[in-house]
This record gives sequence, C-alpha cells and structure tokens, in this order.
Amino acid sequence: MSSLRVGWLFLRMGVINELQYRVNFFVQLLQSLIQVGTALVMLELVYSHTNALNGWTQPELLSLIGVQVLLGGFIHTFIQPNMQQLMQDVQQGTLDYALTKPEDAQLLISVRMVRIWQVVEIVSGVILLFVGLAGVENSIGVGDAIAFGIALLIGGVLVYCFWLVMTTGAFWVVRMENVLELFEGIYQTGRWPVTVYPGWLRYSVTFLVPIGFAVTVPAEALTSRLQWPTLVFALGFGCAAFAFTRWFWHFGLRHYSGASA
Amino acid sequence: MSVDVARLPEAGRWRSLYDFYVTTMRTAIASQLQYRVTNYFYMLGMIAEPVVYLVVWTTIAKDQGGAVNGITTGEFAAYYIVWTLVRNMNIVFGAPFWEERIREGRLAGDLLKPMYILHYDLAYFAGWKFVVVVLWLPIAFGLSAVFHPTLSPTPLEIVVFIFAIWGAYLVRSMFQGTIGMLNFWTTRGAAVFDLYIATEMLLSGRLVPLQLMPGWVQTLANFLPFKWTFGFPIESLVGNLSTRDLLLGLCAQALWIGIGLVLFKVAWSSAIKRFVSVGN
Repeated sequence: MSSLRVGWLFLRMGVINELQYRVNFFVQLLQSLIQVGTALVMLELVYSHTNALNGWTQPELLSLIGVQVLLGGFIHTFIQPNMQQLMQDVQQGTLDYALTKPEDAQLLISVRMVRIWQVVEIVSGVILLFVGLAGVENSIGVGDAIAFGIALLIGGVLVYCFWLVMTTGAFWVVRMENVLELFEGIYQTGRWPVTVYPGWLRYSVTFLVPIGFAVTVPAEALTSRLQWPTLVFALGFGCAAFAFTRWFWHFGLRHYSGASA
Repeated sequence: MSVDVARLPEAGRWRSLYDFYVTTMRTAIASQLQYRVTNYFYMLGMIAEPVVYLVVWTTIAKDQGGAVNGITTGEFAAYYIVWTLVRNMNIVFGAPFWEERIREGRLAGDLLKPMYILHYDLAYFAGWKFVVVVLWLPIAFGLSAVFHPTLSPTPLEIVVFIFAIWGAYLVRSMFQGTIGMLNFWTTRGAAVFDLYIATEMLLSGRLVPLQLMPGWVQTLANFLPFKWTFGFPIESLVGNLSTRDLLLGLCAQALWIGIGLVLFKVAWSSAIKRFVSVGN
C-alpha cells in the first residue's frame, strides 16, 4: 500500500513538472505524426507488393503497429526516463540520494520520472489499433479483449524487466547510454510479427529482448490467433523475469560503492 | 637564412591542418577503442533496422517467386548488409549533438579554439569511423553467413564506393550541422530533426531501395541531397551502375558537399550571433 502511495505521489509530481512545458505537447504531437506516417508508408509499400505477410493482412498488421506504438508510448512515458536517470545517477554517484531514502530502492528508481507528453504516442497507438481492427474481418470476442489486456500487461512488465537488467549493467560498465539506441533499434522489430523472422532472430526478440511477448502476443490476441497456452507461458515467463530482475538489481547494487562519500 | 616568406604561411597552414586532422583522428581512435561495449550496443541497435527490412523483403520476394521488382533475395541481402556500413559512415556530428554542446556549455570552450568549428567535428568523427569499421567487420561476416548476399563488385565499383562513403559522410555532416544551427533559436528542435530524418528515410534509399519507390519519388530523390548519402553509396557497390553513373554520382556528392558547406556557413554566421555564454 505504501509502495502504491509513493508511486502515485511521484506520478503526480512528474505530471505537474511536465505540465509547465506545454509546448512540448505540440512537439510530441508532430513527432508522433512523423513516426506514424513513416510506419504507414512502409506498410503501404509492403502491401503494394503482396496481399499478406506470413498470413497477416494489411489491417491486421496495422493493428500490430498500433500495439507497438502504444507500448512504445508507455515505455517512453514511464520506463525509459527512469532508466536514463538511473544510468546518469550511477555515472555521477548521485544514486546515493535514492538509496538512502526509507523506501524500496527499486521502486524509487522506477517511478521518479514521468514524461507525460509522451502519452500522445499512446493515443496514436490506440487510434492505429482501432483503425486496424475496423478493417479486420473477424469480430473480437470478450475473451480476445481480456487476453489482449493480460498480454499487454505482461508485455509492459517484461519490457520493464529488460530495461532494468540492462541498466543495472551500469554498475559494471559505466558508459551505458547506448543501451537506449540498442533498445530503440531492436524495438523496431516489433513492427512486424515475430513469426516473420528466422528462428535465431525470432527466439532472440522473444526471450532475450521480449518484443515478441510484448507486441506480437497482444496483437495475436486481437486477431484471434492467440492460443491460451501461449498466454499462460507468457505469464509464467513474466513472473520469472520479474523475479530474476529483482535479484539482479540487488546483485548489481552490491557492486555500487557510490561516489559522493 | 633564406625563407620564402610569401609562400610559407600558406604551406604551413595546410600542413598544420593536415597534422590537426591526423592527430584528432588518432585521438578519436584511441578514445573510442576504450568504449567497445557501448560502441557495440549502438551498432547492434542500428543493425536491427536493416535486418528487419531485409527479413520483410526477403519474405515477400520468396512469396513472389524469388524477386520483388527484379531484386532477388541475394541482392536484398547485399543491399542491406552494405547499408549497415554506409549507416555507420553516416553517423555525424548532427543536430542532437549540437543541442547537447550548447546546453552543456561546451560551445563556449570550443569557440576559443583557433580553427573553424567544423574541422573539430569532422576530424573526430572521421577517426571514430576506423573503430566503427573494425567493430563492424564481424557483424558483416555474421550477416553474410545468415543471409547469403549476392555481391560481385568490380575494382572500379570498390574504388568509387570508398570515395562515396566518405562523400556521404561529408554531405550528411553539412546538412545535419545546418539543421543543428536551429538549436540557437529553439530548444525544441526535436520535431524538425525528426522530420528531416523521416524525409531522409523515404527519399534516400534508407527505408527501401529506391527502385521499390514510385517513379515520382525516384525522380524527386535525384534532386535532393538524401539519395547521395545512402542510396548512391550502396548502389555503387551492389548495383550495376554504369561508369558514367558512378562518376556522375561522385560529382553530385561533391556538388551537395559544396551546397551544404555554404548553407552551414550562412547558418553558423547567423546563429553564433545569438549565442551568449555565462559562466567561468
């Protein structure tokens, strides 16, 4: 309960702080339009040469892009700013300020920053998702919608775990800022169903970098492709990844000696 | 002692410029070799982009009987593997770096240095390329082993390619630097940078080979700088461009380097008047 209260407090502070920079809303809007526009051009180009990509029709793939943009917005709003702050704190030795507070350190370093204007990206993703689903022939049942919600939640947790594990590497490798480029690059693989990729890449973007679980599985739920065992497996994998991340964070923390003392 | 006082300063100027470039490049190599992990992170993130395009187009090509618009799966592989090298060469001191330089107050120190500001960035990033190419080699071998590119360049194509990737580096440096000047007027230039990159993606051959684009896009691309930073260097090695097209491409790059340099100089002289430094 205390954790929720702390999280909520930081969220409010982050929002209030960001609301001072209202022009950023329009900047973000323009950036989202550019991002979505580029994705749509690529989609048009691909479907001008084929009717289906590995069984995915154009509206279905548009839904998948919607999920990818939506989740990307969530990452840019809540996860990435906190992880970048953590990297900076480790480099500059200012992580001590978070560690000396009487609250769980992992919680604190995960909720300190919110870039609220990135919510525009989430809205863009939702719009794309609905436009795509409007063109899908099969209707979406209640079960599909519930499975989508669960899969998206698991996807969010998995992406958080991946980010935190990578960022924890900053305790050993000081210059970790390019992990952002690494993730942004690999996240682009989520614009296409993981089934398109050859085996080695499919497994890499499913288990090493959990883009498959985070984007393709929710999109499969909406297009009635998802098998329940896959969802159960994703849930188990999500729990295991979270437990591992928690352990790895504490393990990394033991290697942090601080710089301010 | 007889010294040709009229000629020495000019000769000395070029000599010292050469020494400066060599020293800065060597410094960049020594410095960047220390950060191999972070360089590899950057590179791995970057190669995801062409690998995705490659897989998608290979899948479509296989569905279509082995080719899309005459481009076979092996040619797609060659295009996107060479893409990764060209992309590495195309990393320049661009607009986001300018933003950081101004925000963190480093520009004030840079202004005290005796040479034109462009030289420092061009020299450092040029040195970095040598590290990048060494780190790129195992990735290129890995991608080639997986995707089986069809690549048989002639000696002339290889020579033109070497010039073209450095030409692309210079073209992109000039235009990215010019866009970077926007940071002197606004701290929210990110959307403009994104627009520039999106335009580049569509008109340069970065997203897909320009052959796959509609005819009007291909025509438009000929008259803009973007194609000469991606499409042309790649095509010079993997395409079957005639000798005339290869040489014309190098001339087009030279032209765009000149235009970019003029634009940068105009933008810089206007922008620097707005710069105010506060501090010790």
